[in-house]
Amino acid sequence: MHKRFNKGRFLFVIGLFFLNTVLFTQCRKKQEEEKPQIIEEHEELSGGDATTFDASLNAFGNFAPNLGEEDKFVVGNSFFRNNWVIAPSSTTARDGIGPLFNSYSCSGCHSDDGRGKPPLSATEDLSSMIIRLSLPGTGIHGAPIPVPNYGDQLSNKAIPGVIIEGKVQVTYTEEAGYYDDGTQYSLRVPHYTFYNLGYGAMPANFLFSPRVAPQLPGLGLLEAVDEGTILSFADPSDANGDGISGKPNYVWDAKQQKNVMGRFGWKANQPSVRQQTAAAFQGDMGITSGLFPEDNFNGTQVSLYDTLPNGGNPEISGETFENVAYYSATLAVPARRNWKEPQVLLGKQVFTEAQCSSCHIPSMKTGANATIAGFSNQKIRPYTDLLLHNMGAGLADGRPDFLANGQEWRTPPLWGIGLLKTVNGHTFLLHDGRARNFEEAILWHGGEAEKAKNYFKKLKKEDRDALIKFLQSL
Amino acid sequence: MKSIFILLVIAVVSFGCKKKKDEVQPTPTVTAELKKAVVENYASIVYASYQDAYTRAKEMKQKAQTFLDTPSDANFKVVKDAWLASRVPYELTEAYRFYGGPIDDDNGPEPFLNAWPMDEAFVDYVDGKASVGIINDAATYPVIDKDLLTSLNTSAGETNISAGYHVIEFLLWGQDLYTDSPGKRPYTDYVTGAGGTAANQGRRGQYLMSALDLLVDDLSYLVDAWKPNASNNYRSSFVANSENSLKLIFTGMGKFAKGELAGERMTVAYESQDQEDEHSCFSDNTDNDIKLGQNSIYNVYIGKYTRIDGSVIDGSGIDDLVKVQHADLNTAMIAALDAATSATTAIQAPFDQEITDGNPGGRSRVLTAINAIKAEADKLVEVATSLGISLVI
Repeated sequence: MHKRFNKGRFLFVIGLFFLNTVLFTQCRKKQEEEKPQIIEEHEELSGGDATTFDASLNAFGNFAPNLGEEDKFVVGNSFFRNNWVIAPSSTTARDGIGPLFNSYSCSGCHSDDGRGKPPLSATEDLSSMIIRLSLPGTGIHGAPIPVPNYGDQLSNKAIPGVIIEGKVQVTYTEEAGYYDDGTQYSLRVPHYTFYNLGYGAMPANFLFSPRVAPQLPGLGLLEAVDEGTILSFADPSDANGDGISGKPNYVWDAKQQKNVMGRFGWKANQPSVRQQTAAAFQGDMGITSGLFPEDNFNGTQVSLYDTLPNGGNPEISGETFENVAYYSATLAVPARRNWKEPQVLLGKQVFTEAQCSSCHIPSMKTGANATIAGFSNQKIRPYTDLLLHNMGAGLADGRPDFLANGQEWRTPPLWGIGLLKTVNGHTFLLHDGRARNFEEAILWHGGEAEKAKNYFKKLKKEDRDALIKFLQSL
Repeated sequence: MKSIFILLVIAVVSFGCKKKKDEVQPTPTVTAELKKAVVENYASIVYASYQDAYTRAKEMKQKAQTFLDTPSDANFKVVKDAWLASRVPYELTEAYRFYGGPIDDDNGPEPFLNAWPMDEAFVDYVDGKASVGIINDAATYPVIDKDLLTSLNTSAGETNISAGYHVIEFLLWGQDLYTDSPGKRPYTDYVTGAGGTAANQGRRGQYLMSALDLLVDDLSYLVDAWKPNASNNYRSSFVANSENSLKLIFTGMGKFAKGELAGERMTVAYESQDQEDEHSCFSDNTDNDIKLGQNSIYNVYIGKYTRIDGSVIDGSGIDDLVKVQHADLNTAMIAALDAATSATTAIQAPFDQEITDGNPGGRSRVLTAINAIKAEADKLVEVATSLGISLVI
């Protein structure tokens, strides 16, 4: 049928091509006018050169691809993932759990290097969440004052023959709210009941702060950001009058023996990945290390348990500890998915317009002289300023932690957060996992973020959905 | 009329494409039939190897019962030999992990079967602590049975390890506190009445049988998941979706090779040089775990498995897929598999002596094997890429 060349048809075809091109171009133009979002170059590389393109269950568990030799990472992974066992054991490198502890392994709370969750029912024990304890006031070096006989953390597990410190039941009540368009939502308010207390009643004035285990990717990159960069985000007296202050925490550094800027933890109460790691070994697992060589005993526990066999002095060897700290610092950040989709780009614009980005700072550069050389001079997109902000009464734990008061929390990084569902099978957010999804997490924002939340509540559904899509792409 | 022109446009465009393609030599294609055959054969091998593991576990359970009925050193050795024999088919299933299949999806029994390290003092007495462990705590655990072990393993959150091959290994060999030998648990730990050693011998026997019961159950669950001609098991969907299943097969091989075998099991021990930082530490059988683990990768690649009765399943393997368009790459892959196999075979028993500082020859053998397995894993990624499969390991 088309064998014979037909000049007329040929011209028509050429014309069709042009028409198509013109139409297509116009179409695109119109779209761009409506949604003037821009795709930034390399926007998908959340962790710079330390970005992984794995979006699977293992998305949080990859070695930063730009660091080369991974033996230290592999060894660290083993001691992070596997259970620690009761001393004495044939596996001497891995014994010494407890006697009082919260988890048998790092991965017990940071499952697949990801985020913990609150109990799913009132009868379930805490499994990837801890409760910090203290008395009002400020203790040594500005740290919280430990509760007599309990210390600064409740151990809900113990080896056989040792009494647990106690358990906590979590229940929720629902509280309805409305978007400006009339759509109803419901937030769940958590309630905590202490029971089975093993070492006497808590003092009437004790303070507590529930905290789920956060995900790990990118910690070494955050550590590599210069202090000056973080301070440039700070505005403690709100000099620019935007209602958002932002102040650094200054916390005790056990190695340097002085107070330095805090970066890690829900209240930025840890200055480094190494100290965070050692503190977790001691507090969460009852494993002593070179940095924290004492067991997590308090008051009467000392005389009761000090003679129990331990897994060596310290229980984690210096080399193994360095490997776990290295592992924790070198987990690659997952690349963004769908970052070019119009809806995601619209969401990004909403994120900026709502001023979410005032605290969840989208991008920054790491310093020139990072301890891990490969993390130097990286353009990273963590969506945090690492600073403390007043988040209002609704989210307050009422428990000060160094310079963070009872209403202040550190802006948590948002990178990788869209993969929580894939990696950990849930989307529980905020320090105690009370938010069941992104929407609820936003709606819990108060204090300095009250304006941003109200902006979100005013949005039409389409824009709210776009914002969520954007967060899911992180 | 307009539609004709559009057709013409399409024809011109696609003609243009075709012409360009015709300029290169025609290449043979990997047919859907071949892919399906490879996936089917893989499923047959998985099924057969879990069946073999199940058979060996049942045999071990029978022998343990005989031992408990008539305890003697000779009968104790029969059970220990049965444990060693049971590890052979099980270790050959290791490459079926790491893709969320029946062994290690959310309901998978892997954590109960092969978890490590085990908490010795959680189960039985240990050096200097004569009365610890579930076995010695009749007040808290009046009845020891399969249900107890299941409940201990499935209580909220991550838990202590109280079941699986390594728990049974500990119950048979006891703690390995020795540089020159495996654990030395006497058979009299199971003798009730006169001549018995340690306390609670009867409860220890109950624990052994309960752990074996659970092991047999878990393996039977895996056999069912891979049973052929079932309408609604894992295998039925696995073989129905051969494109995706091929990726899973590669993921299992690659992740097991690099992360688990070369990394977790060898590099960690090599670096930490801790004598008992090895998987079968009570029996000193770790060298065999490593060799068999390597074989499991090889078996999957070439689609061949020799059963415990000596019969052979030999169908279409990954190699047949690769050969179609990349014969050279297949040759290189086989060479990498061979190199890893001979390097792991060269590792001498016991593994815990191979990694110590005083044994440079042993350390060099282990390092060579680690590097060979890593190279094998990297080559697997290359092979997967050649088949259009993007593999992250």
